[in-house]
Amino acid sequence: MSTETMSIFSPKLAARFDALVEKYPLRRSALVPMLLYAQDEIGYLSDAVIAEVAHRIGITELDVRNVATYYSMLRFKPAGKYNVQVCTNISCMLRGAYDVFEKFQEELGIGHKGVTADGLFSLEEVECIGACCWAPAIQVNYDFHDDLTPETVPNILADYRRKSEGQKNA
Amino acid sequence: MPRLVSHPDEVKVVSKRFGQGAADIDKYIELGGYEAIRKCLAQGPDWVIEEMKASNLRGRGGAGFPTGMKWSFVPKQSAKPKYVLINGDESEPGTCKDHLIFLHDPHSVIEGTIIAGLAIGSKMGFIYLRGEYRYLLEITEKAVADAYAKGFLGKNIFGTDTEFQIITQSGAGAYEVGEESALMESLEGKRGIPRIKPPFPAVVGLYGGPTVINNAETIATVPHVINMGGAAFATIGSPRNGGTGLFGISGHVERPGVYELPMGYNLKKMIYEVGGGVRGGRTLKAVVPGGSSTPVLLPEEIENLGMDFDQVGKAGSMLGSGGVVVIDDQTCMVEFALRTISFYQHESCGWCIPCREGTDWLKKSLTRFHAGFGTAKDIDNIRYLAENMMGRTFCPLGDAAAMPTLGFVKKFRKEFEDHLDGKPCPFAKHGAPELTIV
Repeated sequence: MSTETMSIFSPKLAARFDALVEKYPLRRSALVPMLLYAQDEIGYLSDAVIAEVAHRIGITELDVRNVATYYSMLRFKPAGKYNVQVCTNISCMLRGAYDVFEKFQEELGIGHKGVTADGLFSLEEVECIGACCWAPAIQVNYDFHDDLTPETVPNILADYRRKSEGQKNA
Repeated sequence: MPRLVSHPDEVKVVSKRFGQGAADIDKYIELGGYEAIRKCLAQGPDWVIEEMKASNLRGRGGAGFPTGMKWSFVPKQSAKPKYVLINGDESEPGTCKDHLIFLHDPHSVIEGTIIAGLAIGSKMGFIYLRGEYRYLLEITEKAVADAYAKGFLGKNIFGTDTEFQIITQSGAGAYEVGEESALMESLEGKRGIPRIKPPFPAVVGLYGGPTVINNAETIATVPHVINMGGAAFATIGSPRNGGTGLFGISGHVERPGVYELPMGYNLKKMIYEVGGGVRGGRTLKAVVPGGSSTPVLLPEEIENLGMDFDQVGKAGSMLGSGGVVVIDDQTCMVEFALRTISFYQHESCGWCIPCREGTDWLKKSLTRFHAGFGTAKDIDNIRYLAENMMGRTFCPLGDAAAMPTLGFVKKFRKEFEDHLDGKPCPFAKHGAPELTIV
């Protein structure tokens, strides 16, 4: 049972957070991973997320926001169910990342930081994701896809569409 | 899945367990894992530090500081707890070596961390991975849990009265957090801005206690140093540069990949033999030798260049993280410079004005320049801006942005001039890159 009586998180995540804050020499050390895990479940850092995280750690909401705005993976409005992050940094750029990025824009009909109308996909141009030797590479949520060409883009999107359909029917 | 590559010139020390399922603890043990720590427990901290000093192992994060010496700076007596912090925030463009270590051999990082803890008298280590490496964090977390279950971590490690705990940590997207003091800030739940030095982390680090911070590759190398002996490890490399390094060859090469080669290995051979040469039989225009912050080198500068910290430094660049980015003759260097600086502009934490303003103005100038609206004066202005960032910031990010910029302007001035007077970029395929990242 979570120590928070009115947690907005699932019982599993709430229990994980209970343990997380106790793990470090200083409670506050849990802040950055906690925000990311909260975002994974809720979709973004809503006011309610900020409030509960602040309460759990014992710092002000302002303090949480001050930290949260620093990190590029943390967001304050919802992304798509599948957030497509296209790396265009040097190693990827040299191997055609901008063509890949363009193809995603075309296929999804959205630009950088856009979300499709059905909420299934969002698109982002991101900095180096640490897959330089397998470039061009992207991440869809946390999954890596590498060695891409514009031709492979529709297949990747189709796979995620199928995956989402499968979840609906399950 | 990241593809594994190999080449006959490779000397596999750190990568020898790659592709063998060593993320499984029993497999790791079967392949000789957790022998080094047992040896260290028997021999004691002073012996460990002497072996590390003899190995000439230098920090693989980019600075190249001798690891044994770094450990020896930690005071023996300390009122505050001491910590070991492993930097797996791998974010330098062109660098993906730690990615493979966490994927294929996470126990080598854990074992190295325990050894470092023993050497400096610390009871707690942290392994910090960049937020994007979630699947690698999960692999590492499982490995840590398995090590606890075997009694390799905990109150009485390996049945001794020595205690060592490991906590894994996720970042959430920030290049700057790869800088050691910003890394500590992030781990303390704050914005990742750098601390002023001194005091150095070895004296006042994480939670105010003495702290050793090592790159993931460095720490994964440690058990191998112990197993083979410091002196034997040193003989693999070049003078003052012990052992092997994981070199990530990317960009316009036929066979990109992470290759483990002896320190001092010739850069030209690395590109033409190990990497299979420039893609599509094209001509080499330039090489970024050690991640995007290291100044670019021309083909004539790599003829006899050995890839170690001293030789690359002497050639006017840096070994950095060993991320070799190969650039062919169809590439616009102004666009390349712009993409490089855009990264640093995006990642500047904003704490120091020369970096915050400098990277922003450099990006603006280069964007304008690449779009064909530059003036002859801009070229010198870009240089002036970069020169005035150098050495004027708390952390090396300002330098990391300025150094490559200076290199591009100095070595490719002609290409900058070719963009003057509204002339379209001679290499343009997309025009100016969109650079939508905000």
